[in-house]
Amino acid sequence: MRRPGPLALTCCDPLAAVTNATARIILICSGKGGVGKTTLTANLGIALAQLGQRTVVLDADFGLRNLDLLLGLENRIIYTAQELLAGSCRLEQALVKHKQQPNLALMPAGNPRMLEWLTPEDMRTVANLVAERADYVLIDCPAGVEQGFKNAAAACHEAIVITTPEMSAVRDADRVIGLLNSQGIQPIQLVLNRVRPRMVANQEMMSVADVTDLLALPLLGLVVEDEQVIVSTNRGEPLTLNGNGSPAARAYHNVARRLRGEQVPLHDPTRERRGLRARLLNKLGMAGN
Amino acid sequence: MALFEFLQRLLGRQKPSGTLAKERLQLVLAHDRSDLNPELLEQMRREILEVVQKYVEIDLEEGDVSLETEDRVTALVANLPIKRARPAALTAPSD
Repeated sequence: MRRPGPLALTCCDPLAAVTNATARIILICSGKGGVGKTTLTANLGIALAQLGQRTVVLDADFGLRNLDLLLGLENRIIYTAQELLAGSCRLEQALVKHKQQPNLALMPAGNPRMLEWLTPEDMRTVANLVAERADYVLIDCPAGVEQGFKNAAAACHEAIVITTPEMSAVRDADRVIGLLNSQGIQPIQLVLNRVRPRMVANQEMMSVADVTDLLALPLLGLVVEDEQVIVSTNRGEPLTLNGNGSPAARAYHNVARRLRGEQVPLHDPTRERRGLRARLLNKLGMAGN
Repeated sequence: MALFEFLQRLLGRQKPSGTLAKERLQLVLAHDRSDLNPELLEQMRREILEVVQKYVEIDLEEGDVSLETEDRVTALVANLPIKRARPAALTAPSD
C-alpha cells in the first residue's frame, strides 16, 4: 500500500489511534441517479453512530457532492479529501464531526476538478485512512458505472446496492451488481427504496419478491415512499437523527441493526394493505402472486 | 388506475403493469448479463440449428433458442422438437 504524507504524520502523532483493520468499508451504490444513495448513506451513518459505532461517511461523489447537505454540515467544511490526499492537512482536520451525533464524521468530497486525476488507488488511500478511526466507513458512490464508480468500488470491502421498484433503476442496479461481482466484492446486499404499498397491492408496481428474484441479492432493507424524507433533507437533519416514528426512519434503523448482524424481521407493508381491487382480482384468480 | 383499465384487466385483456415490468426486465437482464448482441445471438442460433439438423430432423417452426436467467446464472436454452432421427446420423461423421 502506498503511504502518503498524512499517514506518515498520524504515525508520528502519539495521540493517533492504532490502525483499525477490522473497520467495515461499505460502498453504497445504485447505478442510476436519484434512487436514494446519499439519503441511505446519511441515515445509515446516523443510525450506526447511535448504536455506538464509530462511523465515517465518505463522499465519493466528487462531481455532484450532496452528502454534506443531507447531514447539515455544508457550512462546517474546511478541508476535504483533496487536502488529505495532498498531505496539506491532518486526518482529524479533514473529518467533520456531526454536531448532535459525535460518533459520526463526514469526509467531504474534494473539488470536482479532482476527477481528472483521481485514481482507484487514491480512493483506497482515503478510505483506509478514515478506517483507522472508525468501525464503519460508508462510501457514498456517484451514479453511473464510469471512473467515479470504479474509484469508489476499489476502496470497499462490501457493498449495499439500493434500487427502487422501477424498470430503469433495477436494470442499472443489475449492471452495477455485475461489476461488483467481477471485482470479487462480497457480500452485496440489497435495499429496496420508495416502495408504494398501494401500487404493489394493485400490481401496478413490482413487488419486493419480483425485485429480489430479478437481482438475486439478499434483502437488507425495505423503505416505503415517505414524504418525511424530503422534509428532513430540507432541514439537513437525517430522519434517523430525531427518532420520529416515520416509516422510512424505522426502515433505516432496521438496516443498521441488520448490518450489525441482528435478526430483525422484515416487515413487508405490501402484504397487509391490499386494496379492494387487488382483493377482487385475487378472488377472480387473476393475481400473479 | 382508470376504470377502463380496470375493466380491461377484469376481462383478462391487459396484464397489470407491475407484472409486465418484471417480464420485460427478465428478458432484458438476460441479454445484458450475457453481453451478446442480437446479431451474434442470431448467428449462434442458426449455427446450432445447422449442427442439430445434421443428426435429427427438427421442426424449424417450433424451434427456439433463447437466453434465460435465474439466480444470476444465464443459460442458453434450446427447445428443438425432433421430428425423427436422420438415418445418416447412425454412421459416424467423417470428420
